[in-house]
Amino acid sequence: MNGNDFTFVLDGENIRFEPGQTIMEAASQAGAYIPHLCYHPEYRPRGSCKLCTVKINGHFGTACTLPVQPGMQVENDTDELNLMRRRVVQMLFIEGNHYCPFCEKSGNCQLQALAYHVGMQDSHFPHFFSLRQIDASHPEMLLDRDRCIQCELCVRASRETDKKSIFGLAGRSTSTNLVINSESGLLGDTDFSIHDFAAHICPTGALIPKREGYPIPIGERLYDHQDISAVGHLHPNAAQRGESK
Amino acid sequence: MSKIRVATCSLAGCFGCHMSFLDLDERIADLVELIEFDRSPLTDIKIVDAAGVDIGLIEGGVCNAENVHTLREFRSRCRILVAVGACALTGGVPALRNRIPLQECFAEAYLQGAGIEAPQVPNDPELPLLLDRVYPLHEVVRIDHVLPGCPPPADAFWELLTALLAGREPDLDYALRRFD
Ligand code: SF4
Ligand code: SF4
Ligand code: FES
Repeated sequence: MNGNDFTFVLDGENIRFEPGQTIMEAASQAGAYIPHLCYHPEYRPRGSCKLCTVKINGHFGTACTLPVQPGMQVENDTDELNLMRRRVVQMLFIEGNHYCPFCEKSGNCQLQALAYHVGMQDSHFPHFFSLRQIDASHPEMLLDRDRCIQCELCVRASRETDKKSIFGLAGRSTSTNLVINSESGLLGDTDFSIHDFAAHICPTGALIPKREGYPIPIGERLYDHQDISAVGHLHPNAAQRGESK
Repeated sequence: MSKIRVATCSLAGCFGCHMSFLDLDERIADLVELIEFDRSPLTDIKIVDAAGVDIGLIEGGVCNAENVHTLREFRSRCRILVAVGACALTGGVPALRNRIPLQECFAEAYLQGAGIEAPQVPNDPELPLLLDRVYPLHEVVRIDHVLPGCPPPADAFWELLTALLAGREPDLDYALRRFD
């Protein structure tokens, strides 16, 4: 290996990378899937969901934030990591209130799809049944905080793409909460629009258009037959509409 | 060979999981060659035989004191206990009341709701007391296997039962692990 050898090892395979890439970027460029929820290729990584945790030269780290180094040995698709990821997804479920059977996002939801991917069948932990405020004040969009996983994708999209800074996270630990930048704290009192990029980036059913209901029949939704590792790199916009791009 | 004994039961559920089980259709005929039902809405036997059964399937969450009693007794008499469906696994639709204080639920249902005559909160000692919240089964007893779904597809019941009868771990493939 010399200084110009820009390869690293992912699950036993040699992968080329471009200097400056994160493990996540290099892996997805090479077509390898690393589970993720808070990562989006267009935004600076936040590293909060921990689903992309991999083992780098024997140590745990988040693939979406760590730059690749030549010769790195990265483990991704292992039983150990997938069991840990299953526990992480289960924690996301019990912290919020996820009623998939009647959620409009069901079948097109990245959180649910990741639960399928990591083999989650039950919630394992006691449920918090936390009390979170639903915000139905906006004419076009519903904010159901019960389904929010605090990935900050709407925060980043609103700030960086829409130049509006409508969303933010407040509080710490289990009382972390998605807050709205208006005097009343209500979404309806902002200039948020269904045409904003932020209106179509939520990986779950937390920020969802009103009056659409269940537009795609069961059996034809994005993740009904395909694992998220097969369609996981889709732009969330396409995932939102259940399109295969 | 004596048949494997199976019991089924519904707590705070809608019997939809039982209906999905019946969607096994003609495969039920194959199944009854191998299993015998004990307590179940299908047999109308109300209490599991004191000698116990091999496999118990429970749908629904835990919403009142009677559910707790039934679940604990069921657990103690089933060698393998299977939590079936979204309500058993997460509380499901009945758990929507968890965000509303019990007094407010009572008031809406019995005192202030539309069309109520002679408003009063029922108080007969025969009525089971409601719990503060609707709980998933695993918060009350130990669970051995689960079938997710609302309801779980008939094929998931088939895989579970045929696996347990053959003494292997049930393995639900992608299409059988739905949350809705
Ligand atoms: S947001 Fe996703 S995980 Fe949550 S209830 Fe809806 S479909 Fe289920
Ligand atoms: S509303 Fe959606 S995009 Fe925004 S933080 Fe919550 S889960 Fe993420
Ligand atoms: S995708 Fe890396 S921490 Fe969320």
